[in-house]
Amino acid sequence: MMDFIQLGIGRWLHIAAGVMWIGLLYYFNFVQVPAMAEAAKDGTAGGISKHVAPRALFWFRWAAVVTWLAGAMLLGKNFFNAFFFLNHAFFAIGVGAWLGTVMLFNVWVLIWPNQKKILGMVQATDAEKAKARRVAFLASRTNTLLSIPMLFFMAAAGHQGIFFG
Amino acid sequence: MKFFLDSLGWTVAWGVVLTWILYNVVKYALQ
Repeated sequence: MMDFIQLGIGRWLHIAAGVMWIGLLYYFNFVQVPAMAEAAKDGTAGGISKHVAPRALFWFRWAAVVTWLAGAMLLGKNFFNAFFFLNHAFFAIGVGAWLGTVMLFNVWVLIWPNQKKILGMVQATDAEKAKARRVAFLASRTNTLLSIPMLFFMAAAGHQGIFFG
Repeated sequence: MKFFLDSLGWTVAWGVVLTWILYNVVKYALQ
């Protein structure tokens, strides 16, 4: 029963929340950022900023938290084996877990506080908004970059013999 | 930095390069 909760429900939740997190990350990078640049030219960016971006960011940042917590639950007693590379069987998932952890940090420390300034949820001068836009963009792009090895190692961990044998 | 991350194409390309590097690091560590 505990195995079902930890490994069954835990893995399901980890993957479902992870799909939502990385899906929205790709939405921002592949769809919203280019669309905002186009929309700024014909004055239609306001609708995206007001109605779309706050909702996307809400599901994005909380899906990131749920993904990390479910991943930690999935590792369970092997949490330290993975994060500190104490056991060969957990090397691949350890790399994936570290990449995911860096990405969670980027979401909550770099992307979300800066997006609040960009979207006008907190007061900021135009200069502060310009800087916030750059930092949030770079953190988001960094996460897109990191998502590629992160997904490889998350998937490879279940098939370590095939990938590293 | 502009060259490294501003283009989505380059971001993905560097992601693939980083994957390849980390793959080889882990493969070496597991030997």
